[in-house]
Amino acid sequence: MMARSIKGAKALPLSGKVGLALVLFWLVAALVGPMLAPYPVGAFVAYDVFDGSSSAHWLGSDYLGRDVLSRLLWGARYTVALAAAAAFLASATGTALALTAAVGGAKVDEPLSRFMDMLISIPSKIFSLVLVAAFGSSLPLLLLIAAITYVPGNYRIARALAVNLTQMDYVQVARARGEGRLHIAIAEILPNMIHPLLADFGLRFVFIVLLLSGLSFLGLGVQPPDADLGSLVRENISGLGEGALAILAPAIAIATLTVGVNLLIDAIGVSGTGRGKRK
Amino acid sequence: MAGASTSSGAKAAFVLIGKRLASSLLTLLLVSVTIFVIAQLLPGDAAQEALGQSATVEQVAALRHEMGLDRPAPVRYISWLGGMVSGDPGQSLVANMPVSEVISSRLPNSLLLAALTALVAVPVALAIGIGSAMNRGGRIDRALNITTLSMVAVPEFLVATIAVLIFSVKLRWLPSIALVSDEMSWGDYLRGAAMPILCLSIVVIAQMARMTRAAVIDQMDRPYVEMAVLKGVAPVQVVLKHIMPNAIAPIVNAMALSLSYLLGGAVIVETIFNYPGLASLMVNAVTSRDMPLLQACAMIFCAAYLILMLIADVTAILANPRLRAQ
Repeated sequence: MMARSIKGAKALPLSGKVGLALVLFWLVAALVGPMLAPYPVGAFVAYDVFDGSSSAHWLGSDYLGRDVLSRLLWGARYTVALAAAAAFLASATGTALALTAAVGGAKVDEPLSRFMDMLISIPSKIFSLVLVAAFGSSLPLLLLIAAITYVPGNYRIARALAVNLTQMDYVQVARARGEGRLHIAIAEILPNMIHPLLADFGLRFVFIVLLLSGLSFLGLGVQPPDADLGSLVRENISGLGEGALAILAPAIAIATLTVGVNLLIDAIGVSGTGRGKRK
Repeated sequence: MAGASTSSGAKAAFVLIGKRLASSLLTLLLVSVTIFVIAQLLPGDAAQEALGQSATVEQVAALRHEMGLDRPAPVRYISWLGGMVSGDPGQSLVANMPVSEVISSRLPNSLLLAALTALVAVPVALAIGIGSAMNRGGRIDRALNITTLSMVAVPEFLVATIAVLIFSVKLRWLPSIALVSDEMSWGDYLRGAAMPILCLSIVVIAQMARMTRAAVIDQMDRPYVEMAVLKGVAPVQVVLKHIMPNAIAPIVNAMALSLSYLLGGAVIVETIFNYPGLASLMVNAVTSRDMPLLQACAMIFCAAYLILMLIADVTAILANPRLRAQ
């Protein structure tokens, strides 16, 4: 398994290798970054605000004189963990509903698909804004809101895959054998759509990172004292005029994370569905 | 051949378009139910919100009755929907004036921003997409592929930040805040709105160019293109005369989808530049939990999305001779 992954990584084109490196970097940063942070996350450690890079503060200081690198490492954990959990929840829900629709016949499929089509026609940022206004933006709610927003997109793709697979001979055979719907969905159909679903998971992850950091940037996402990468951009916006590192560093951090995932998915090229699209 | 089949073809297309229009309207109706229901889930209601914590139960009940909030939800939905259709979506709780007035002062700005962005983005994206497709697999194509692939994943505020650093801080060409008002001359407006247009264009172009390339390449693999190439038609002519007529529907679809992205992207870009448009108004409505205003804004964005999709589908119907001839 390990050897196969390494071989697979070596076979990637250069852009894919760059993508893989960026993704791994941010995963490691989210996992162990906070332990490596040179200063406590909320401590005022620099004399000057919006300091440039120095040996004491690699990424300078923020609008209150806190260490940007330390805050960035913590922020990355919030961003990566929230987005990964929300993307997983969205994919699991969307796929479960899609499988239900695929094996449930027209009576289940029709209303469910109509409903999802309707949800898809609400632009995702607008939908999440309405949800935030109604529910608020604590961390668990943000996770849920991001997941709900991206369920319809996953459902549409998973349903298309699953409906194609139900026409396959081996599914027909399983049906003739008298297997139950649950068995057909989980043992016959699901394993054969895992690859495109993984690519879709990567895309959902990118969308959700952008959505959540966008919300935080607007002040509607992660609330202080917690801060994800989007919040860091927001709180340092007053440093824009002087081109402070404190605002550029978190913005570039988000970009390298999302671009990395995109490059990796494109290089693996498992699925062409919806690639590079976003709403 | 021509006379009879053209008129029956036109009729068939007409019926198709009618069906498509009806389904859009139905979707919009369902969207309105969804948005209304979500807005109702808000803990407490507008009367409570307006009077604050210190209000007595009787005061809240009185205001609730005055605002019609004590009626059952379906009745409130019908009256809200009726208000939306007749152009009176209620009273903004924070601005304390009709929602229609608040929106009508912002909507033209947003439409202008979207129109100018489309004007910049569409030609550039077409050029990049078609150029990329003609150079398929070549160096330019690969470079453009990586660039656009990266651009679609870059957050708008990074684009905006870098644009401000380059054009406002270093070069001092453009203001970093879009001061836009009704009395401005066109030149002043363009100067003020240049940065938002630039940022929105960059994000939209990447997406549009990718989808255009995919649409053109999809046609390139067809036998009729191979035939044209084999009989010696020049590459530019192949694209313009043979591929474009067939790729027009997917390309319009790509344009519509990407422009619908403008609706979301504008949320960030309008806010960062303080551009007085509908998206920044909606963000304010969320912050102040001004539900009537928020619902109306959300409905306008959803309607705009559905109109774009409708345009894409109608173009596809009109551009497909097989559909027309049916």
